[in-house]
Amino acid sequence: MGDTSRLCSVWLGSETGILKGVSLSRKQAFNFCNASHLSRDQEVRALCWGDPAESELLVGSVDGTVKTFSTEKGAFTETRSCGDPADGCFVGLAALGGSALVTCAECGTLRVWREDSSEPVTELHAGQNVSRMRQSPVHRHKVATGGKENGLKVWDLQNPQSPVFSAKNLRDDWLDLRRPQWVRDMAFIPDSDKVVTCTGYHQVHVFDPATPQRRPVLEFEYGEYPLTALSLPAAGNTVVVGNTHGHIALLDLRKGVVRGCLKGLAGGVRALQCHASRPVVASCGLDRFLRIHSLEDRTLLHKVYLKSRLNCILLASTDLEAGGGEGGAPGVKEEDEGGEDDEVWETMERVEEKTKRKTTTTTTTEEGELQKKRKKGKD
Amino acid sequence: HPRPPQLGHFRFRFNKPKNKSGSRGGNGGADGAEAKEEVKMEKSEAEAAFPPTFNVSEIKNKQRRHSMFVKYKQEKSKLKIQLKKKKKKERKALGDKAPPKEVPKTIENQRVYDETTVDPEDEEIAFDEGTDEFSAYFNGLTNPKVLITTSDRPRGRTVKFCEQLATVIPDAHVYYRRGLALKRIIPQCLARNFTYLMVINEDRKMPNGLVLCHLPDGPTAHFKISNVRLRKEMKRRGKDPTEHFPEVILNNFTTRLGHSIGRQFAALFPQDPQFVGRQVATFHNQRDFVFFRFHRYIFKNEKKVGIQELGPRFTLKLRSLQKGTFDSKFGEYEWVLKRHEMDACRRKFQL
Repeated sequence: MGDTSRLCSVWLGSETGILKGVSLSRKQAFNFCNASHLSRDQEVRALCWGDPAESELLVGSVDGTVKTFSTEKGAFTETRSCGDPADGCFVGLAALGGSALVTCAECGTLRVWREDSSEPVTELHAGQNVSRMRQSPVHRHKVATGGKENGLKVWDLQNPQSPVFSAKNLRDDWLDLRRPQWVRDMAFIPDSDKVVTCTGYHQVHVFDPATPQRRPVLEFEYGEYPLTALSLPAAGNTVVVGNTHGHIALLDLRKGVVRGCLKGLAGGVRALQCHASRPVVASCGLDRFLRIHSLEDRTLLHKVYLKSRLNCILLASTDLEAGGGEGGAPGVKEEDEGGEDDEVWETMERVEEKTKRKTTTTTTTEEGELQKKRKKGKD
Repeated sequence: HPRPPQLGHFRFRFNKPKNKSGSRGGNGGADGAEAKEEVKMEKSEAEAAFPPTFNVSEIKNKQRRHSMFVKYKQEKSKLKIQLKKKKKKERKALGDKAPPKEVPKTIENQRVYDETTVDPEDEEIAFDEGTDEFSAYFNGLTNPKVLITTSDRPRGRTVKFCEQLATVIPDAHVYYRRGLALKRIIPQCLARNFTYLMVINEDRKMPNGLVLCHLPDGPTAHFKISNVRLRKEMKRRGKDPTEHFPEVILNNFTTRLGHSIGRQFAALFPQDPQFVGRQVATFHNQRDFVFFRFHRYIFKNEKKVGIQELGPRFTLKLRSLQKGTFDSKFGEYEWVLKRHEMDACRRKFQL
């Protein structure tokens, strides 16, 4: 329903193809599903805001379709086919002004689509094995791509022939062996041209296209496991990274040191996002939980169980806890893991009422009922 | 004549509390000891008369302090026994009107409710499980074929353990490791249609780890093995297991992670157990430890069953669950045991 989707301040895409909206003030999670039955090729791989007013979401699935979801109406409004599954899954989705959108697939084809035609307006090849494409928040026509053995490239969509900036690999190591490179995620630092990337070899690099140096300006390492996600908090000079073991760290970009770690995740981090104004970071991953940490004191603010592995996350720019709070008590925080057990026992009934996961009600509007799946092989 | 007190005599005296007055005479202790005991008697009486204004721990003399403490404990246990007797008498007197017996608190009783506990009617989880990596097995499309190997150069106990495991799991083949890398073994297994790769890790001649990798592209679970008992060490065991497919019992895998691990164990065995063989393999989860037992049963009549334990027994504890086939450096982990965070609460379990 439209009213439930208007309450949600965090949006997540899952591996089962369900778009989940979470309202933190009401402590409820809602499922929004397009088809009448779930299928794995609807797995959500990319999620982005359709417009600056954040009333529409663009959802990219494994089968190559991009669906538009309207938060006002609470339903999927249109579906476009943007590329075929043989190319690989979406690694990046971004909206350009005027209902155009940019998609990038794993094989490296970056395409700009317009509303009317089914053929891409612009197409460029960003190399093989692209892992991520991100759009610059300031200059909407600038995108960055990077992947395995495919260095960071910054493209200007208005001149798609060659990249504006193409990074060089690090110098050979002390044995004169070529250093492998695997860019997993990147972000544009606001107020400057710089781009920060995190790699599968547990390094974080900062590139500055304004300087003639094509190698990273700053390079440091964190942990022993591949870094999978990266996000820039609103306050500058720091970056939040997550790795495949579930370690999330806050790193300082000026010196290249670890400021602190955020604890709680048990599985690999798939996506991280910092809130636009408040010092809060939301993380989701393979352990099926959404966690919201505060960046100042690194405590866990909210933890929501969402039943499917989560692939992508989007935060609304509005205040996270505001909106539609006439339900339960707004001040109660989610219980931490390992926190007051007796209280959990006593208040279990109350908490259960508040955190209903509405799996079937949301789909009764236009899409029809979810088919009940026969449970197979349950022990 | 004064002799230095002998420690043995001291202990002997203090262990017989009732004979305090009687045993003073003949044990050959020094006068000093007897004097001390006298003093202690007075002190304890004084203590019993007034509420204690000092703690036992303030006494500097270790032996005196110890004896005071022992006395204190004995008093406490006496009180407790008296209380119990009183309660029992009251209960008997009330007969039917007695209040119900209080259930003692156990760690399993006090378990913190886990929000990832699977609800059997949940459609999303049913879909997730219906289409995950094990769906081919649970839909009857593949039959399990297990490759059992060890870390390099295993010693006798591990070798025997592998052989016994191969008799317990149908269609299991034991191969010598030969120092090969697991990432190279996996494509060869895929070519030969294996569905599982089981690697028993050995340390100091004892098996201590298990890597269970589901083959087409499935999750890899890493366990710690403890308490391995081979067949010859088992008491009252039956004859060796036959070739019949055993039944599988999975107990107490309630959370979402528990479900994934339970399914992984279930997929080791063929889906059609041969009841003729009367063999059963049990994976019992309690407090995050998975206990494996292999029994043969026989129904003596409708209600009574006789069981004989055959086969090896071991205990597993999950250390990590990785998505995808074995790749410890670059693979994505679905769950990793983080002791300081997860083991902090004694009543919270993950499986």
